[in-house]
Amino acid sequence: MEQDQPATDCKLDQMSQGIIGKPISRSEGFAKVTGTAPYAAEYPIENCLEGVLVTAPIARGKVTSIDVDAGLEMDGVIAVVEDERMIARPAQGTAGEAPVQQPRQVCYWGQPIALVVAETFEQARDATKHLAITFDADDLKDVPFDPHQVEPESQESSSQGDLAKAMNDAPHSIDAHITTTGHASAAMEPHSAIAEWDGNMLTVHSSLQMLNYNIAELADSLDLKEDEIRLVSRYVGGGFGSKLGVSEETVAASIAAMKLNRPVRVVMSRQQVFQCIMRRSETSQRLRLAADNDGGLTGFGHQALVSNLPGESFAEPVLQSSHFLYGGENRLLEMDVARIHRMTAGSVRAPGEAVGMPALEVAMDMLAEESGVDPVELRLRNIPESHPIKGTPFSSHRLAECLKQGARQFGWDGGSRQPRHTREGEWWIGTGMASAARVHNISEAKARVTIKADGTAVVETDMTDIGTGTYTILGQIAGEMLGLPRDKVLVELGDTQFPRGSGSGGSWGASSVGSAVFVACEALRKSLAERAGVAEDKLKLKDGAIQNGVSLVDLLEGEDLSEEGHYEPGDIDDDYVAASFGAYFTQVRVNHFTGETRVERMTGAFGFGRVLNETTARSQCIGGMTWSIGAALTEALHFDPVDGHLVNCDLAEYHVPVHRDVPDLQVIMVEERDPAASPIQAKGVGELGVCGGAGAIANAIYNACGARVMEFPMTPDKVMARMPDD
Amino acid sequence: MRPFQYARPDGLDHATQLTAPADTMAIAGGTNLVDLMKLQVETPQELIDINRLTMGEIADTDDGGLRIGALATNTATAAHDRVRREYPVLARAILAGATQQLRNKATTGGNLCQRTRCYYFTNIDQPCNKRDPGSGCGAIKGIARLHAILGTSPQCIATYPGDMAVAMAALDAKVEITAEGDKGRTVPVRDFHRLPGDKPEKDNVLEAGEIITGVTLPGPVEGKQIYRKVRERSSYAFALVSVAAVVAMKDGRISRADLAFGGIAHKPWYDPRLSELLVGEAPSAALFDKAADLLLEDAQGYGENDFKIPLARRTLAATLANATGVEL
Repeated sequence: MEQDQPATDCKLDQMSQGIIGKPISRSEGFAKVTGTAPYAAEYPIENCLEGVLVTAPIARGKVTSIDVDAGLEMDGVIAVVEDERMIARPAQGTAGEAPVQQPRQVCYWGQPIALVVAETFEQARDATKHLAITFDADDLKDVPFDPHQVEPESQESSSQGDLAKAMNDAPHSIDAHITTTGHASAAMEPHSAIAEWDGNMLTVHSSLQMLNYNIAELADSLDLKEDEIRLVSRYVGGGFGSKLGVSEETVAASIAAMKLNRPVRVVMSRQQVFQCIMRRSETSQRLRLAADNDGGLTGFGHQALVSNLPGESFAEPVLQSSHFLYGGENRLLEMDVARIHRMTAGSVRAPGEAVGMPALEVAMDMLAEESGVDPVELRLRNIPESHPIKGTPFSSHRLAECLKQGARQFGWDGGSRQPRHTREGEWWIGTGMASAARVHNISEAKARVTIKADGTAVVETDMTDIGTGTYTILGQIAGEMLGLPRDKVLVELGDTQFPRGSGSGGSWGASSVGSAVFVACEALRKSLAERAGVAEDKLKLKDGAIQNGVSLVDLLEGEDLSEEGHYEPGDIDDDYVAASFGAYFTQVRVNHFTGETRVERMTGAFGFGRVLNETTARSQCIGGMTWSIGAALTEALHFDPVDGHLVNCDLAEYHVPVHRDVPDLQVIMVEERDPAASPIQAKGVGELGVCGGAGAIANAIYNACGARVMEFPMTPDKVMARMPDD
Repeated sequence: MRPFQYARPDGLDHATQLTAPADTMAIAGGTNLVDLMKLQVETPQELIDINRLTMGEIADTDDGGLRIGALATNTATAAHDRVRREYPVLARAILAGATQQLRNKATTGGNLCQRTRCYYFTNIDQPCNKRDPGSGCGAIKGIARLHAILGTSPQCIATYPGDMAVAMAALDAKVEITAEGDKGRTVPVRDFHRLPGDKPEKDNVLEAGEIITGVTLPGPVEGKQIYRKVRERSSYAFALVSVAAVVAMKDGRISRADLAFGGIAHKPWYDPRLSELLVGEAPSAALFDKAADLLLEDAQGYGENDFKIPLARRTLAATLANATGVEL
């Protein structure tokens, strides 16, 4: 089906099984915690060779020679693969075609240039360190690494009215410059692949988020047809955007397997994952807010500078939610991209909002102080009726409800916001809040649902589950529609032998492929209704039987019944603005002497359409809030100023939050139905938790100790430097 | 990882013989060495596994102190009853380091010998005088966030990354070292690590064929013991600055002030002048400032780590305030 109209009456609310939305634990959870769920590199494949990528220790230039013969002399080495089909960068999310190839042209420090294949992993790794390679390296003086060093390109620009005049005329205005550092996805499972070639068919176990696009990217890279490739990705140990597109190890393993006629496994080292997989761009942002006496916005400006390699179309979409979150008739939104030679910038958890929203929310906090309006009230007053420029209505909008419910549960008192109000020993204690917003993405998706003659059902799609709960929620949708308990529905994912799903990314998996399963189930219900001789809307299915007591097994008379559901977004997004919203409230303590900040408690209230599973949705919110703590306080990529290489390329030095940094996070799910978002009335939730939370923490730091830090992450040195003297 | 030989010595004397040749290294917990071998930062031809030597005991000494065997794990040391009661600064320092899993494997001797976390040291495609003498220092003009502000040289600005040894320096512990033929020596922890000078490849005074057998703590002393570690996240991060303090008061005046610092130098930093300045004085903000002036007299930042100078000052003041009961 194509969705052109809101789906106002959703069958999921009329069914009898009663499992949709329920807090059901992830069906694969037991296998994962007991170590029996195989990840990509763990499939036991006989006769498998081990490949290790060779990377370039130069920022830009050409590989002039690789001494393959000497390489082959090394212990255990079977091959040194250099091939111009190898990819030099990972594919961007949803690219569906090969990224930049020809790895001999080096564009960033750490770029893969060849693959050493040996009998053992240790032999291959050792050989990569001793392979004689010559380079024609460009003079570092001519290679820009700093986005402020180059003249940027304009990426987007829109304006309405006269922002400068509005700023000038307004009784209250804020002009804030805020920076964020680059981020790494930092997924636990490194990028890895095992490729096998039987002369006709290439089978690759790989750790990927979007097989439906990845198969096209791999086929294009290798010059194969899609039907000559099978990709398998049943379990993914975290993606966070870094596995949206096919990456270097998968293509290299495939080429080696085809050349050597033996299976080849390639697993990136942790350092390689950091150095040649996507980074989130650093950003420099300017926020201008003009407001009337009551805090009502009259002007709204958000400008950003981001970076990427030459030739990349992706630019961190910093302004994405700024277009519609708050009103203000005079608007200016501009984004530039600087071409520099750090590794590829691409999607890293909630591209855009994860860094744009915290900056905006810091500026809003400054405006609240400047105008004397409580921060919650300020946001409530500035929620627009419709899209501030296009005028289109919102498909659903729960920001106000999230702000109110969150404030109530947190105990936000709306009282004085004077900083430095509470000190316990060395620690200042303060509170802060922020809004959350994330655009709603949705994609075409297919899924096949089969009711077997034995009365069980099978859902099949090449959709992935990257730890988010896809296996579980698809089983709940099918079970609800077909009247089956969750354990009577087998969900098979992550294999391109199945119909093309949507892939996991942009928080779109649940609504996209969930809708495809829903559509398939609607068709199955029609067939069942015909067999039972009742109208479809009168067909009541529960626990494997219809209302008159006849079981599905009897109804099917030994046959399987199968339907493929095909969902397409249609043109409904012309008529509505669809987004998820929320609010964060947090209390932090900041050490007066050292600037160390610890989050004491945090409440998030989120509205994201239908909740398909209370447990997995809550987990997504908690995960996002945890990443908010990282973005606020610790996560930063550090690049060497001389040759642009990433210096902190492991999990000891790239600081994601540890357990002790994360307090008990309170999540409120403000449930709603969004008929225009998807046929199942669900929106995305995966990324929403990280879309502004760092701003709440920054605002709490200011409220605690009076340090208004304008640089994320707010590490002790930065907080200390802004700490007011007594 | 380069292929290497592996040997297990019959006894301590055998171990000293086996570790005498160049390109051999002793391995205990391996929590640092194995990582560095994977990166080929360390490339020993032969590993001497000393784990089966009996050096894990923690025992009282005749003069009322405590001897911690070289193979006692960090977990065992931090959990030891006397360490917790009489040397709490040591227990706290150990527990501030690494993670539980790492502390279960890490040993006393190995921890003393752990190598710097300088980003340029661990990346073999970058210059580093410590790893590859004469190749230059990438950190001085690069990202020096983790790096030293005291006792640096034009060759090297790396820090010693550990916590345990900082507490041991404050406690004035002694390192027991043995060599072939039972030639033993004892080196104060305060002198065990070196400054980089023009030999940054040498972290400490241990010579080839020498093996640490234990660390001896002197008898417990009066006073308050504090280990304060400043870092971005609350676990599994190396110190930006740390202070180990043993401070006693008598009649309103400071009677003992043994202070050592981590994260700011190539070794646990101990400056005897601080004790001389502080002892006999009544604690005050002005006195703490004077102490910081003295400590940081020769401090030099390298851009990214400039913040460590004010951070060390403020951390010292906060620690002394806490130890002496002064409100700042």
